[in-house]
Amino acid sequence: MSPKSMQEAVHKTVRGRAKGGESSPKSIVFLIILWLAILFALVFLAVLIVTTIVDGWNRLDSRLFTEYPASDPEEAGARPAILGSLWVIGTTAVMTIPLGVAAAIHMEEFANRHHWFSRLIEVNVQNLAAIPAVIYGMLTLGAMGLMGVSNKNQVWVGALALSMLILPVVIIATRESLRAVPAEIRQGSLAVGATPLQTVWRNTLPAAVPGIATGSILALSRALGEAAPLLLLGGLVFLSFDPNGITSGYTTMPIQIFNWTSRPQAGFHELAAAASVLLLVMLLAMNALAIVIRNRYQKRW
Amino acid sequence: MTSAPATTEVAHLDLTRKPRPWDTAARAIFRVAAALTIAITLGILVALIVPSIEFFSEVPINEFLFGTRWAPRFADASFGVVPLVTATAWTTVIALFFAIPLGLGAAIFMSEFAHKRTRKILKPVLEVLAGIPTVVYGYFAVQFIQATVFRDWLNLDTGSFSVLSAGFVMGIMIIPTIASISEDAMSAVPNSLRQGSAALGANRRQTSLKVVFPAALSGIIAAIVLGISRAVGETMIVALAAGQQARIVGGPLEAGQTMTGFIANAALGDSRVGSLEYNTLFAVGLLLFLITLLINMISIWIVRRFREAY
Repeated sequence: MSPKSMQEAVHKTVRGRAKGGESSPKSIVFLIILWLAILFALVFLAVLIVTTIVDGWNRLDSRLFTEYPASDPEEAGARPAILGSLWVIGTTAVMTIPLGVAAAIHMEEFANRHHWFSRLIEVNVQNLAAIPAVIYGMLTLGAMGLMGVSNKNQVWVGALALSMLILPVVIIATRESLRAVPAEIRQGSLAVGATPLQTVWRNTLPAAVPGIATGSILALSRALGEAAPLLLLGGLVFLSFDPNGITSGYTTMPIQIFNWTSRPQAGFHELAAAASVLLLVMLLAMNALAIVIRNRYQKRW
Repeated sequence: MTSAPATTEVAHLDLTRKPRPWDTAARAIFRVAAALTIAITLGILVALIVPSIEFFSEVPINEFLFGTRWAPRFADASFGVVPLVTATAWTTVIALFFAIPLGLGAAIFMSEFAHKRTRKILKPVLEVLAGIPTVVYGYFAVQFIQATVFRDWLNLDTGSFSVLSAGFVMGIMIIPTIASISEDAMSAVPNSLRQGSAALGANRRQTSLKVVFPAALSGIIAAIVLGISRAVGETMIVALAAGQQARIVGGPLEAGQTMTGFIANAALGDSRVGSLEYNTLFAVGLLLFLITLLINMISIWIVRRFREAY
């Protein structure tokens, strides 16, 4: 019996045997409290989305995409922030995914798990995943000071901080996808004479690609919404040009929203709400893509 | 008798010894990539400790840890971190006050009561809460919760910022973290325990509270501890909604600057590398890092020490 059908059987049994207990006032109150806990979270989510859309409705127009930041909220837009976010996230993806996948392949396929260094790496990755985002900004700030990079407002510097932030997430997701590939696939490949590296490259890794893609997209969507590390790296600037390369100056959507929210004029608050809606739509699109990839390409063994 | 010579022959044909430069190179790359994660941790330690040492050569560590006035940019500068720590403590405790009951309620419901179909819809919807950018939460906390709900609707005696609005919104943000890890822990409790409980005449409420909940306690505590570490390290919500004035917070409706709030605000001013202002940032960062590290270690220890293996 599978665990799920077993659980159903148990629930049926419990319901049948203890019918009186299930509908006692105490049990009903308990169930209502549980429902309210869920309902509270769902209502909060709905209110957050609705008020943000209502606040930003008047500014959800083409000006958001075509205008540059300005001192008059009527003339301001988020064009450099939108392009900056795309540049930073794209660069982050290029920097993180190969590195994360390589590290995960080592940990999952080649490392001797009982060696102390492998265990250290393992605990370390878990720990890195729980370090506050703002600390990664300080690390990058310190590294730039050491390297003598005085102009920190460059796309690659911001991408470096976000890469280190999401690297543990990409590693953990990749390891899980590799682990889900059954051992028979590897054994079959080795049995017909492939080397371990050929086995990983031609069999294990291709089978894990949908899982890696899903995990990486979710990690990148976290990076897209993150502002704290970039704030430390001089990401809050007023650009009057489009970011156009990895050494270009940049600002990103979350930073722009932070800046507009902390201004006193109501016009900027509308803009912050409009930009928030746009950011939420971008995140929703990324999450939808991740779900589509998972549902369409994920192999069930 | 035929097998013995065959074995010797195979032993001579040691395939792993054949030189394969590509394999060696690729494996080396993989190993370097994995070792790089250690380098990141060491980098964090160096990046935080070196400026902190310079900071503590100018400011005595006692004044930093126990001083009650935080005014690093004033003419008569003072570096007592206690105000920042109290504000962080307020926002964290308020966040947990909301996140623990709501997160555990959601987890018990999904693990013990919900139908499979209901759970399949509820879980991703709750996850959406974890995916919303923190800066959007910050906007919502300061513009809607603080300005509209607290001041306009409830007529509370509060200013433009408060640790309550920041903590409340942060608590909602943490719900999915607590709910999903606790639910995993409760789902991992074997059904024989539930069956045993039911056989003794317990109903589902008694079973979930008195059998499943205690059996999953180590996982649940780990979930809460992870929630604490996220609340302590969260930056954008408190930077927008908790306030920018560093003062000892006496009540939930007061404003105050947290440790992360200070870091975010100090980052806006351009401070020269090596200046006292720059080093102050890293001293607070080091304290924040040590606090979250301690919390993470406690979490790992709790899971190892109290895990019930089935």
